[in-house]
Amino acid sequence: MGFLPNFGVWWDAFQASPAGWVAWTVGHILLITVVLLLTIAFVIYGDRKIFAGVQARKGPNVVGPFGLLQSFADLGKFLIKELVIPAGADKAVFLLAPLISVTLALGAWAVMPIAPGWSVSNINVGVLYLFAVSSLGVYGIIMGGWASNSKYPFLGALRSAAQMVSYEVSIGFVMITVILLAGTLNLNEITKAQDGGIWHWFMFGGGPNWQTNWPLLLVMFPMGVIFFISGLAETNRPPFDLPEAESELVAGYAVEYGSTPYMLFYLAETSNIVLMSGLMAVLFLGGWHAPWPEGYLAAWPAWLASLHGLVFYAIKTFFVFFMNAMVRSIVPRYRYDQLMRLGWKVFLPTSLVAVFIVSGWLVYTGMGA
Amino acid sequence: MALQAIAFYLMALITLASGFCVVSARNPVHSVLWLILSFFSAAGLFVLLGAEFLAMLLVVVYVGAVAVLFLFVVMMLDVDFASLRQGFARYMPLGLVVAAILAAEMVLVSSTVAGRGAAKASLGPMATGGAPANVTNAEAIGRVLYTDYVYFFQAAGMVLLVAMIGAIVLTLRHKPGVRRQVVMDQVLRSPASGMRMSNPRSGEGIGSGEGIGE
Repeated sequence: MGFLPNFGVWWDAFQASPAGWVAWTVGHILLITVVLLLTIAFVIYGDRKIFAGVQARKGPNVVGPFGLLQSFADLGKFLIKELVIPAGADKAVFLLAPLISVTLALGAWAVMPIAPGWSVSNINVGVLYLFAVSSLGVYGIIMGGWASNSKYPFLGALRSAAQMVSYEVSIGFVMITVILLAGTLNLNEITKAQDGGIWHWFMFGGGPNWQTNWPLLLVMFPMGVIFFISGLAETNRPPFDLPEAESELVAGYAVEYGSTPYMLFYLAETSNIVLMSGLMAVLFLGGWHAPWPEGYLAAWPAWLASLHGLVFYAIKTFFVFFMNAMVRSIVPRYRYDQLMRLGWKVFLPTSLVAVFIVSGWLVYTGMGA
Repeated sequence: MALQAIAFYLMALITLASGFCVVSARNPVHSVLWLILSFFSAAGLFVLLGAEFLAMLLVVVYVGAVAVLFLFVVMMLDVDFASLRQGFARYMPLGLVVAAILAAEMVLVSSTVAGRGAAKASLGPMATGGAPANVTNAEAIGRVLYTDYVYFFQAAGMVLLVAMIGAIVLTLRHKPGVRRQVVMDQVLRSPASGMRMSNPRSGEGIGSGEGIGE
């Protein structure tokens, strides 16, 4: 086969040329977005199935085998419904809000290291980028709530703004502990720092220097738990779904929404949940690395090795998502003041102390990057 | 380079246009939204300069936190904009003077930087410290911020701390007789301290002498 080497040369030249680079990047983005949207369709189905299973119900089981196509039926229904814009609504902002939500939710995936060399953009400030984009997510909700010009959506939007701003602080500090251990803000580098087995994962204090850093297990494991819980609050998941608490606010910020705009909100929310699960997998659970030393991968072809990584990333992300869904079905909703107390009086001081301990430990042992 | 130039002009245009809309929008909430757009495109300009760390900080701090609280407040306020606009003609000359002074200062600074007059002197630590070319943005800033400018950094932190304490003191009210939830007390309650078993005789109930809420 003289074809393949020629193809390789041609491919390199294609990627190096500006037009080829643009075409390749756009194709890459499209591929990831389409796969992500399909994943989200099944994640919604999985969420409903888990929720139903806990309550000893069957869940969606009519459309397609085992109800697998339920999300696509829902999609079709959302799309053909009439779009109703309330008379007193601020039309432009009302329609802009779901678009902003979904753009940010999908755009965040640009830096996610799903497998070795698979992230669309391998930037040096990847963690900060994700943090920035997830902190922008609040605008979709607050704009939607305000533009509806109605009481419940507005209350939901205000709650959501306060809640997301509060929990971002602790998420930021938890991220800093991981950044300190990894010595980089690049998500690919953070993943690579956890290479070599489960004891290298940051959840267990490991990192590349795990022989010295293993006592940090006592700090990093609680940090992982705090990150998980803060992620629930950040994505408005139960037990922190106060912006859309149906017993108090009907459906919160989404009361006046229907049809496609509502679907976009729903899509953005689910995408953010999967993103938080993926981020947890990357920061604490070793990202694409298997829980055992991966020396055997050197003998594998590159595409198979990266597929190996993708499989482990997907397993971990789904594991965190499964925990997320279980929390949703088991834990009762928090009261609003309890939510604020947990964020500001418990998580913030705890994670701040953890930052001090981790940085002090790194200075003391000389293991700081 | 052409692509960079196009990106620069596009983002500069968006920054200026949204900045103009901030002051011209009739609805205060729209003003804040335009302000956010102008922050965002300013962050894009930072990225074009190669300062991606600053760009992300701008988005996280200004767009993600400050502007959210700003929007929060503006949405809660019921501003009567007709009355605010009444003094427009009276304040116009003062506003123009301030704008002219600002514009003059900015031209002065940017022309000095363009001529590399003042910039060279302030470039000292980076030039003498010999930061290697391959350090990332965040690392380069950290090296300067925590060494040469550590006192300024600390002073900035102190200013913020004082501001924070000031805000707390201004809004702190000690109201007597307010019953607060003490979570620790609730968690530490045991069946022995939280309830009392009694066996009242029929028709008598629990006597007031041994009342429930003692």
